[in-house]
Amino acid sequence: MKASTVKASTVKASTVKPSTTTLKLAGLVVLAAVAVAFPYVYSSPVNTNYGVYALIFVTVASAWNIFSGFSGYISLGQAVFFGTGAYTVGIAARDWHMNGDGIFLLLPLGAVVATAIAVPFGLIALRVRRHTFIVITIAVFFIFQLMAYDFWFTGGTIGLPAPFLPWQAATFNNPFYFMALGTAAVTIALAWLIRRSKFGLQLRAIKDDEDRALGLGVRTMRVKLSAFMLSAFITGFIGGVWFLYITQVLPSSGYDPLFDLTIVLMAFLGGVGTIAGPVIGALLIEPGRLWLTTRSNIGWLANGYVSEILLGALFLLIVLFVPRGIVPTGREWIKKLRSRGRPAISPAGAAEQAAPAGSRR
Amino acid sequence: MSALLRTEGITKSYGGVRALDDCALEVEEGSITGLIGPNGSGKTTLFNVITGYAKADAGAVYLGERKITNASPDKVFNAGIGRTFQLTRIFPALTVLENMLVPSKTGGKHRAMEQLEFVGIAGHHDQLAGTLSYGQRKLLELAYVLVADPAVILLDEPAGGVNPTLVGQIAARITELNRTQRKTFLIVEHNMEFVMGLCARVAVLDAGTVVASGPPDIIRTDPRVLDAYLGVDVDA
Repeated sequence: MKASTVKASTVKASTVKPSTTTLKLAGLVVLAAVAVAFPYVYSSPVNTNYGVYALIFVTVASAWNIFSGFSGYISLGQAVFFGTGAYTVGIAARDWHMNGDGIFLLLPLGAVVATAIAVPFGLIALRVRRHTFIVITIAVFFIFQLMAYDFWFTGGTIGLPAPFLPWQAATFNNPFYFMALGTAAVTIALAWLIRRSKFGLQLRAIKDDEDRALGLGVRTMRVKLSAFMLSAFITGFIGGVWFLYITQVLPSSGYDPLFDLTIVLMAFLGGVGTIAGPVIGALLIEPGRLWLTTRSNIGWLANGYVSEILLGALFLLIVLFVPRGIVPTGREWIKKLRSRGRPAISPAGAAEQAAPAGSRR
Repeated sequence: MSALLRTEGITKSYGGVRALDDCALEVEEGSITGLIGPNGSGKTTLFNVITGYAKADAGAVYLGERKITNASPDKVFNAGIGRTFQLTRIFPALTVLENMLVPSKTGGKHRAMEQLEFVGIAGHHDQLAGTLSYGQRKLLELAYVLVADPAVILLDEPAGGVNPTLVGQIAARITELNRTQRKTFLIVEHNMEFVMGLCARVAVLDAGTVVASGPPDIIRTDPRVLDAYLGVDVDA
């Protein structure tokens, strides 16, 4: 086999400076320290409540991203798993007469049931592409909401209460905060590992050209379904945490269409398919939303619908001005700033450059 | 020599149009076989049926002794048939090297880089594939099909829309793979010079049927072939 020589000048561009890695690691350590210290520094339940909600949404947005962000299959049915996790914990605790701290043992069950539902859901929905897929996820979502209203074991319109936790009111939120923080951290770590793995590469290949990936031996259905199930598992788990935290689930809160839209909005704002994007999106949007719906005392802002209107407006702004999200756009700006005065692409590698740069899909 | 890839009586209709009609083709092991025919004669449809992208209404496809009729594209690929597309299909949002790692069997980064060097685009390995020129994309598509080491490689117009220098480069790579690794090729191409220079055997498809097959110098004088091309000079 004849091997042509690789131009040295083009290879060096790929080497990562160790200082960047060190910086990133240091940043992660600082972030982790801030996250752990938060409930001690801002120990009021009002503040920790913001923390719990923000972390729940960081988890769900990242879980959504592992499937939808990587594969390009935009799902508007994530609440199916969230609500199922909540209802599973509620139904099991009621029927098995469970009380006290033991109910936390039910969280994995909620995750498993959500995953089991993801199998038929995925087998049906993942046969179709793009827009049709979105529509099917919405349909499945409403089927689940209806079932929650109408089945004999779901408590109907009044929903289900969570068993009482005899904890001190002042520190009630803290265990939930750390549970959500742990779940969020594991989810982000998983997303990072998957993005670097063959599995993640195959998901991204599916996003680019699914039929071509299939023709390269990638078992696309298996890959998509695995990611869908993993996403469901995480979301079902955190749905259970959410239920025990707010101590009640209703068909309209467990299976909430706005929940689906909010998750997608968070991911789009931060950057779909990136690791940090959904995290940043959730951290930016959820506290604001929570403040508007619960704490705002500015007359007209206190109306519960204002947050929904603002979310809609935000969606429009994102689509118009940062369609790819904060993280990818920000990266590009930094690159532009760094390469100012120098050509963006090293000429050595661009000898045959004829294709339009930045063309996608 | 025996046929490594064989189709028997393949029939495929789209609506009322019969794209393939009782199509029988044999590709001998270790050969470079050309598949020519006028536009709309069913060449790409035959590729699609062989590789699982289209379902045959009737007929059978064999890889060696194994029947692979209407198997899904991933199964066909894993059985040992790789293909490229007429309109090159790469993964534009992945880097060139990442593209190489998508196939189910790749042999890792080292082998991926080897293949990129073999086709001559290793210098672009960390660029997004979407920034490659059209010709480079063709080479990338060839490289990531090769990385899985398929027994048979189907190329749909490998020289189409590519500059003459690159056409020569692609032809040289095909010859080398055929000689050193005894790879079997089936090539659809309109560039007659390319086909006649490269292929030991040529099959002519017309209206969905193989009307002639044999060595290139016999094919180019076959009246049925001249007829199929409606009087167009084959040497042109």
